[in-house]
Amino acid sequence: MKPRNKKLAIIASSVTALGVASILVLNAFQSNLVFFFSPTQVANKEAPLGKSFRIGGLVEEGSVKRQTDGVTVNFVVTDTAKVIPVVYTGILPDLFKEGKGVVAQGKLSNDGIFRADEVLAKHDENYMPPEAADALNQADKARQTVLVQ
Amino acid sequence: MGRKTSQGTQYLDMAINWFKYSSPASFYFLAGKMIPLFSVAAVLFCVVGLYIGFFVAPTDFQQGEAYRIIFIHVPAAWMSMFLYVVMAVWAGIGLAFNTRLSSMVATAIAPTGAMFTFLALWTGALWGKPMWGTWWVWDARLTSELILLFLYIGFMSLQAAIDDPRRADKAGAMIALVGVVNAPIIYFSVKWWNTLHQGATVSLTQSPKMATTMLTGMLIMSIACWMYAIAVILIRTRAIILERERHTSWVGELQGAKS
Repeated sequence: MKPRNKKLAIIASSVTALGVASILVLNAFQSNLVFFFSPTQVANKEAPLGKSFRIGGLVEEGSVKRQTDGVTVNFVVTDTAKVIPVVYTGILPDLFKEGKGVVAQGKLSNDGIFRADEVLAKHDENYMPPEAADALNQADKARQTVLVQ
Repeated sequence: MGRKTSQGTQYLDMAINWFKYSSPASFYFLAGKMIPLFSVAAVLFCVVGLYIGFFVAPTDFQQGEAYRIIFIHVPAAWMSMFLYVVMAVWAGIGLAFNTRLSSMVATAIAPTGAMFTFLALWTGALWGKPMWGTWWVWDARLTSELILLFLYIGFMSLQAAIDDPRRADKAGAMIALVGVVNAPIIYFSVKWWNTLHQGATVSLTQSPKMATTMLTGMLIMSIACWMYAIAVILIRTRAIILERERHTSWVGELQGAKS
């Protein structure tokens, strides 16, 4: 084989290998690109209902209830349009809080309750000192009272 | 070339000066002078950045002290993407114009880029466990960053597998150029798809979503990473120049002068 042909063969084979690799990766991505489904998507039956999947949204305020065994917890995931009640037995991440983001993996049972076997906290992209967060909260409350009046 | 105006002459002279340094021999000596400057700058910015990160920046309202890993995680992740694009540009120039030095710089960038990618993944895992509740998930952001690490490793191993340096440069350039599609995928992954990873805190289009002192610390740490990367890449480029030019007379003279 001439050096020039060999060079061509090397370039061609690497590009082919890369092409095949990216197709495989994109193909694998296709089914996993959506990391979680929102409650609205679940209500529209877009989620793979028979299989294990992830739901994501906010933990509804006032919905977190611990059962008497101490490790099982009930809460409601909302995207402000639809809600899904979730039951989970296990340790919750530190950032799991009412009103904050959550991603839960599990199966939707026939009674409409999502039985999670993993619960992850999804935090937002804001970083600020606690005093600033308090100030924002109070400003928010003040604005809401004005609106109510 | 017409030298009609004084401006034109100046420009021409500058262009000639620049091209002088595209010769490996002249670049070798220029790089030797630049390395101490960038090394000192890297140390200074790192000390200031870490001081701000640990002692000046306030506690975060939701993550407490644990968020402080951001001062290394975000600069490392930025560097991993930027360096890949810079590497692809140099490799592409080397491929298109057959300039030896550009390909050498691309080869020198790869290990530093891979190191920053690993650092971003590793600090991300350490951060993910306490905050999200998991070391790793296969969401679009984390997966595309892992692919970036494989691209760097692929580039380095392909170049190492080919004995002829010029052929290795060209083969590596192909991987570098094809893989460049991954860089925007990483950056926009949190926008395009549902991910566990949160969206961008700092972006060109919006004001930053973090307190000013936190942002200052993060940006100074990014500058420190840049200075470190430039210094290390220059050192590595010099080593590659010496290795590839070892049969030339100027390297011979250099050795003669040393011994």
